[in-house]
Amino acid sequence: MTGPTAAPTRPRPLSMASPRRAVAALAANVVLLVIGACFLVPLAWLFLASIDTAPSQQTRVPTEFTLEHYAAVLTPERTLLPLWNSTVLSAGSAIVTVIVAVLAAYPISRYNSRFNTPYLSAILFGTCLPITAIMVPVYSLFVRLGMLDNLAAVTFFLAATSLPMAIWMTKNFMDSVPVSLEEAAWVDGASAMRALRLIVLPLMRPGLAVVFIFVFIQAWGNFFVPFILLLSPSKQPASVSVFSFFGQYGTVAYGELAAYSLIYSLPVVVLYIIVSKGIGGSFAMQGAIKG
Amino acid sequence: MAGPVIWSVTISFTNTALTGRNAKDPSWVGFENYTRLLHDPGFPVSVWLTVVFVVASAVIGQNVLGLAIAVLLGRVGRATHAIVTTIVVGAWVLPEIVAAFAAYAYFADDGTLNQLLAGIGIDGANWLYDFPMLAVILANVWRGTAFSMMVYEAALNDVPPEITEAAVIDGAGGLKRLVWVTIPMIRGSIATNLMLITLQTLAVFTLIWVMTKGGPGISSTTLPILAYQEAFKFQEIGYGSAIAVVMILIGAVFSVLYLRTLRPGRDS
Repeated sequence: MTGPTAAPTRPRPLSMASPRRAVAALAANVVLLVIGACFLVPLAWLFLASIDTAPSQQTRVPTEFTLEHYAAVLTPERTLLPLWNSTVLSAGSAIVTVIVAVLAAYPISRYNSRFNTPYLSAILFGTCLPITAIMVPVYSLFVRLGMLDNLAAVTFFLAATSLPMAIWMTKNFMDSVPVSLEEAAWVDGASAMRALRLIVLPLMRPGLAVVFIFVFIQAWGNFFVPFILLLSPSKQPASVSVFSFFGQYGTVAYGELAAYSLIYSLPVVVLYIIVSKGIGGSFAMQGAIKG
Repeated sequence: MAGPVIWSVTISFTNTALTGRNAKDPSWVGFENYTRLLHDPGFPVSVWLTVVFVVASAVIGQNVLGLAIAVLLGRVGRATHAIVTTIVVGAWVLPEIVAAFAAYAYFADDGTLNQLLAGIGIDGANWLYDFPMLAVILANVWRGTAFSMMVYEAALNDVPPEITEAAVIDGAGGLKRLVWVTIPMIRGSIATNLMLITLQTLAVFTLIWVMTKGGPGISSTTLPILAYQEAFKFQEIGYGSAIAVVMILIGAVFSVLYLRTLRPGRDS
């Protein structure tokens, strides 16, 4: 029973092939498709407005197609610079987060200490903390330290906010690497750090990729943090510059807004597909949820 | 992460401001921010709106809809399964600000929703002005349901089929099975999920900010918006921090509530 695809075959619950069950299945299909249609409409607007010559807030199949909205927004100062800022912010914070998370998760995963449980509870609490609640004090902290409008500082702050979740996920991935391999390395004279680098990390590479992408996506989509902490337009990431599209130019250019939004969304959608298809969607979820 | 919390609590007892004398030399004012908060007529409204927003959009909307979709997904063919999950997850994967714009265009006065309603002969309202809370609640349900759906789908796959079969043989219908067998089996996942989505929803800022800016008036000003306005528009960091502390407390209350009611002992 080795199927080539990872798609789980759901066992039909005890089919007795009664007509009633067929009706129920049909009803389930219809209900789901209706829900799907409701969810689809706003998404469809985004796409249709971006290729419509006369876009508005209404969803309609455009009478004339155009790519000029894309051409209009694909200029260095409007799109490329913010996207580059986003990339720096997201990749930077993801790299920092992964390194720190590995170093933090290693002792939690490997040694039994009586501080483990309280530490993990604290991490879990940190995960849950609403980010908007700490933004006001963080802002005043940044003002005091004179780090306002500093891309590197914001990168580190984003890394710090995603750390709890990342440590939690990394620990769970690390738990699935058998200790016996490291013990063999220790017997051969490797230090703990060396064993971590040469044995554990290569084995949990998919897990690390999941954590990296997870942090990257979060940082990429984060609007609130850069909105508050970064002031000069030349440093703002795409999420904030999308907002300025909307707010500053009086009448909103819906076509360009939609086109820009789609360009901006593309990287995270691709990364999400990589995680869910390539590395295993439920696996990623497991790392996050399982206790 | 503990740092900002302590900092936040400390600052909330001072009169720190962004400009003026108090910016340079903030002084300790004790509970003044809190007493002021209690006398601010906007504050109870804001707390109430926050609770309404969390309960309606997360606890009821995302949670129940997510569970319903997950249950239904177990009964349909692969094509429907793929289509529906792709669409629902699509709304969730998009960056928050993009999702907020899509929702804004959907609920705007001459937006898609009114266009659809006009299609079936109903004269739609100006949703963002007349029913701002309804609009942001629906938008948040639209955006967030995917998470609950995925958690519940994973949880439902872990329910051993023998137990469901036993219930079928005992003559339990679909709904009865769901209420008496499946839901108790996935109680742990429900608690975790509720906690996560509650705290996420509590923190929602971008969606509401883009759609209504907390308005009209203060009729959709939830606590994050209020904290933002006090701290950055009126430049009173100390007062804004006091609101932030209240938010953290509300989150803590919800969390304790879930852990108590849904996890008696360690048997699940």
